[in-house]
Amino acid sequence: MTAPLHDTTADAAPTAPPETGGGRKIEGRSLKQIAWHRLKQDKVALAGGVTVLLLVLVAVFAPLIVSLLGHPPNDFHQEKLDPLTNLPQGSWGGVSGDYLFGVEPNKGRDVFSRIVYGARISLLVAFLAAVVAVVLGTLFGIMAGYFGGWVDSLISRVMDVLLSFPQLLFIISLVSVLPDDLLGLTGTGVRVAVLVLVIGFFGWPYVGRIVRGQTLSLREREYVEAARSLGGGSRYILFKELLPNLVAPILVYATLMIPTNILTEAALSFLGAGVRPPTASWGGMLRDALQTYEHDPMFMVFPGATIFITVLAFNLFGDGLRDALDPKGTR
Amino acid sequence: MARAAAGGSHKEAPAAAGPRTVLAYLIRRLFAVLIMVLVVLLATFTVFYMLPKWAGQDIAVLFAGKATGAEQIEGIRTKLGLDQPVLVQFWDFVKGIPLGRDYANGADVTHCPAPCFGYSFVTEKPVWDTLKEAMPVTGALAAGAAILWLVAGVATGVVSALRRGSLWDRAAMVGALGGVSLPVFFTGMVAMGIFVHNLGWIHIEDGLNTDDSIGVWFETLLLPWIVLALLNAAMYARLTRATMLDVLGEDYIRTARAKGLGERAVITRHALRSAMTPILTVFGLDLGALLGGAVLTESTFNLPGLGLAAVQAISSHDLPVILGVTLFAALAIAVANLLVDLLYAVIDPRVRLG
Repeated sequence: MTAPLHDTTADAAPTAPPETGGGRKIEGRSLKQIAWHRLKQDKVALAGGVTVLLLVLVAVFAPLIVSLLGHPPNDFHQEKLDPLTNLPQGSWGGVSGDYLFGVEPNKGRDVFSRIVYGARISLLVAFLAAVVAVVLGTLFGIMAGYFGGWVDSLISRVMDVLLSFPQLLFIISLVSVLPDDLLGLTGTGVRVAVLVLVIGFFGWPYVGRIVRGQTLSLREREYVEAARSLGGGSRYILFKELLPNLVAPILVYATLMIPTNILTEAALSFLGAGVRPPTASWGGMLRDALQTYEHDPMFMVFPGATIFITVLAFNLFGDGLRDALDPKGTR
Repeated sequence: MARAAAGGSHKEAPAAAGPRTVLAYLIRRLFAVLIMVLVVLLATFTVFYMLPKWAGQDIAVLFAGKATGAEQIEGIRTKLGLDQPVLVQFWDFVKGIPLGRDYANGADVTHCPAPCFGYSFVTEKPVWDTLKEAMPVTGALAAGAAILWLVAGVATGVVSALRRGSLWDRAAMVGALGGVSLPVFFTGMVAMGIFVHNLGWIHIEDGLNTDDSIGVWFETLLLPWIVLALLNAAMYARLTRATMLDVLGEDYIRTARAKGLGERAVITRHALRSAMTPILTVFGLDLGALLGGAVLTESTFNLPGLGLAAVQAISSHDLPVILGVTLFAALAIAVANLLVDLLYAVIDPRVRLG
């Protein structure tokens, strides 16, 4: 068994053409072209990407989908429940052509509609929190890496503290003391804003660490020195010279951060610190299911499987994207 | 302060590790632990005492719970010192941990003995008592799960790295990706649904006591261990595979092979030893976080540990208990990190404590 030897001349690799059929003329390609070429061949990653796209469409067109295939997410259908046990009538949690994923025990709401609407909360919070984390992480990471000295020490120390913070406990206690109306927002808006800010805030050190490390190695390169000798200021070098070279790792990390955020949002909703009922969320549905899953397992399976498929799709796509953008990659 | 950097073995300038430098290092690190815990405490304090004020809420009302008269609320305000400036309250709290504390409102004095992490007026107990009751459950859960996931995850990762691209590797990595994509509260419910309610193989005791026999503890904790370990084993398998692949490409591995060392020795003594450094970093953080309360697992399985205590405290607006658990969690993480950094020096000969 031979050990794989990595090509250490990483910066030479991006201009090398990928191994496509023999005899072709060697031509220069940008990293974007190479990455897209590799990604197209990675069937698993593509499947993940397509699933992600579908989920985004479901979230965007939730009202349309529900009006076609379901019932309004907050309508009660007591007539679909067994009057004695309050469990759905019929097998498989009341799954039928009319109620695709069955009905909720006790309340009789349409599970399909609630899952479709839940996608909105889940994806919205996960995307926006990733944006917050990426913006903060890039800004602080690039500053720490470029300026070094006390700026680096301070930012690194703050990142250390945040990374070893009991996050989940802190977030649930934070949400529990916040009032329902804040900053002119009410109801679901407040909770979504709080979730986005808090999840994003605890996420930025992960991005910051990676950006800092990359910046540390990039700032010693000749092109940065060249830019400086031509009279480029710090701001110019940071944003016009360094940042474009950091886009690939940031993009990969942002993609891989979304599934983590989806799990965090679901966990918070499961603990009762997510969006307030009756707004539908996947974690909130599992929280309700905890009371009844012994008797009606399907009400637990649908939201759980939805979370699993969503997170897996993002992970597969993110992994594929990382492989495709890896300059050391051979595919 | 030596930092557990992402890359692992990147440490401060090497120095000869005599007993005195190690002692100095220890003191410096213990100081850092103290700072860390104080920062967490201050942040938690800000959340509990400043945020409600900015948002126009009365903290005393939050502390008192729901149905309480105006007179009682004023009593609680005086007794807990909520009318004092925040920094004074902060200092009183910190002082109470080593010295104990008396909450007084005129003749009405409540004593909170030495490790005073606050006093709950919902349960009428010092917070430390609640923590003490919950600790064995969380400790047993964390220890059992950690052993399981460390062994399973690292073994899977090593084998995958050695047989890169094989069917085993692909299957294991797909499985691991699936594992990290599953929320622990969903897996927990599915496991309980199947093994407890459907097949009836396992009987779960509702709430664990220190009086319960080891057999009861084992049976009750078996599923939580497996479910929690499954999630983490998947993460560790991915991490181990990636670091092992990196390490196996290093020159010194080739040197070890070239000098005729057996493959087993190359893998275990040379490659794995160096690959363990980043794994240990993550392990320290994870174990520390878990010891501060496995919130999700404990809520799913209804295990009376620190995490469940915090969640229940939140629904009953028992702020002192939340504060106590959060503080204890921060302490656990900081101490676990310190222990891991000390372990580095044992595992990785390149690391010098200085």
